[in-house]
Amino acid sequence: MNPEKVIYAFTIILAMTLNFGFFLGDMHIAGDHHVYELYAAIFVNAVATILKFGDRSHIGSVLLASSLVAVIQLVAAAGVWGFASYVIGTGLTPTALASVVSLSGGALLANLVSVTLLVIETVSLRR
Amino acid sequence: MDTVLFLVLRRMRAPLLLISTVYAVATLGLTAIPGIDDSGNIWYMDFFHAFYFVTFMGTTIGFGEIPYAFTDAQRLWALIFIYITVVTWIYTIGTILNLLQDETLKRAITQYQFKTTVAKLREPFYLICGYGDTGEMLVDALARRMIAAVVLEIKPERIDSLILGGHALYIPRLCADASDPENMILGGATHPMCQGVVALTDKNAVNLHIAITAKVLRPQVKVVCRAESHDIEANMASFGTDYIVDPFDTFAINLATALHAPHQHLLNAWLRSEAGDSLTEITDVEPGRWVLCGYGRFGKPIFEHLINQDMDVQVIEPNPEGQGAPANCVKGLGTEAVTLLEADIENAVGIVAGTNDDSNNLSIIVTARALNPNLFTVARQTEHFNRAVFRHSGANMVMAPSEVVARKIKTLLTNPRVDDFLSLAHAHSDDWAASLLRELEIVSPNRIPELWEIVINHEFAHAVSQALRNGEIVTIYHLLRDHTDRANALSAITLLHASATGSFCLPTIDTSLKAGDRLLFAGTRSSRSQMNWTLQNLTALEYVLTGEVSPQTIVGKWLFGD
Repeated sequence: MNPEKVIYAFTIILAMTLNFGFFLGDMHIAGDHHVYELYAAIFVNAVATILKFGDRSHIGSVLLASSLVAVIQLVAAAGVWGFASYVIGTGLTPTALASVVSLSGGALLANLVSVTLLVIETVSLRR
Repeated sequence: MDTVLFLVLRRMRAPLLLISTVYAVATLGLTAIPGIDDSGNIWYMDFFHAFYFVTFMGTTIGFGEIPYAFTDAQRLWALIFIYITVVTWIYTIGTILNLLQDETLKRAITQYQFKTTVAKLREPFYLICGYGDTGEMLVDALARRMIAAVVLEIKPERIDSLILGGHALYIPRLCADASDPENMILGGATHPMCQGVVALTDKNAVNLHIAITAKVLRPQVKVVCRAESHDIEANMASFGTDYIVDPFDTFAINLATALHAPHQHLLNAWLRSEAGDSLTEITDVEPGRWVLCGYGRFGKPIFEHLINQDMDVQVIEPNPEGQGAPANCVKGLGTEAVTLLEADIENAVGIVAGTNDDSNNLSIIVTARALNPNLFTVARQTEHFNRAVFRHSGANMVMAPSEVVARKIKTLLTNPRVDDFLSLAHAHSDDWAASLLRELEIVSPNRIPELWEIVINHEFAHAVSQALRNGEIVTIYHLLRDHTDRANALSAITLLHASATGSFCLPTIDTSLKAGDRLLFAGTRSSRSQMNWTLQNLTALEYVLTGEVSPQTIVGKWLFGD
């Protein structure tokens, strides 16, 4: 058992599940999407990205890339949320909420790719 | 770059993780702790404000409690996290500073810089492996001629000396083992502009390894090697090493030439010196008996060459059996008068101090000269830093292996045509060399003449190649005329004419030129630049050929043309 792999697998799967939890629900109902879930998803995704820093293997660099995509999407979602609430001052309108949720949906796809790659790597080890 | 980046990222993992976690917990806590707004209602801080507060708290900027004054519970949380975030930042900054000091990272950065500098070279260059005394002299000679060089050297102090050397060109250098093929590739052994690889390390086996690696990596590259053992030389020659320079053999041949053909030797010395140096004197030695101290790798080739010229040689060697010295050998070092007298120094014409110890060699010279003041003295110098002592020792010839090798390779790399000329000249008599020396002294009085090669082609001789294409006849005579007044001759002579039919020494001045011919000239620097006018400028060439300058402009042609 390689503890580094365990920690990484834990982090990336947690990132995906949190992301999924935030994404799940009606796109236009604010009560379906809790801000804490988005916050947790951003943090865990950031940790997953940092964990892949300095990994020179090919699959490692692809994992780094997909985690970076997820982080960017989630930060963009948080940015839209903050922009709608504080800069425009309209509060979280259904349109703003829709773009927050769809951005997190993009991040979910990136996380799915990461997890798929992780599964492929694990399977190809054959030990 | 990737190595550097990965090293940095790998080291930064832990501090970055720590910072993210601390910030995440601090922000989360602030959003969870209830506050009281200005109208007394319970209020929860949102993520935007919480993150804003943590950001300026963590960096100890401290803009105050926003948007409302904090409750005691919020203050307690902030109090705890002020300390935690500050410590985390100190740890992170410490890691970054440590990383910058890190030897592995420094080496990775240097290697990366070296690699990109070499890869960006767009002009022909030579890869010099080993920056010892020979390497230093060679790089200096190349830089003076604006020929680029790249240096690989294993000793850091030699790299420092290269940095302090103040060469005219920037010399990319790497402190690395040249026998590692990876380093040779970094140094440009496979670069398309790499003209040659020069192996000058002090180990024969390493030079051999460099030579074979360079030939395998890129067969068309010119490989020049220093070697001090005949086995290694044969091995190098077997896979096509272009030039193998053995300092001991080279010097033995020089010495032999100096004794039987002093003018040939002087011609060699002049043409291999730097232009502008003062002229050296002829070595005049009576035929007679020679005493040779030290029958090692230096003494043996000298012994052979002297014997081949029917000279009587008396060997002095402390270990005659072990070195296989001739039967009449005197046992001893030669530093004591007794040994020298036993070798009959009083009736000898010359002495060679060829042991592998500089102090002994100096002692031999001084002792021998005290016994016989008319001796011709030849001293072997092994350490470069003893140069000044040997120069003042009064020895007639000093053999420093590094200088012998540097001189030979310098000519091979910077002006290979000079080497061709000297090998052709070797077939001529000593009187022929003497008359050539007199001519050289006329064209360049008191100074070593400048040597330059020209090629009759579009790039280097635009005017001449155009004239030849128009069917005009241009001879060497025309090139040697002053383009401002053709009654004057340039102070230069032609040493070599290489054409499709072969190479000829000292061609006559009415030799007519053809496209693609190569010529080697010796003369003053100003003649060289004057000659460039005749070669490149149509008007200058026309004047030299006809003595007239025809009108150049359309109006001029209309008014004065025929």
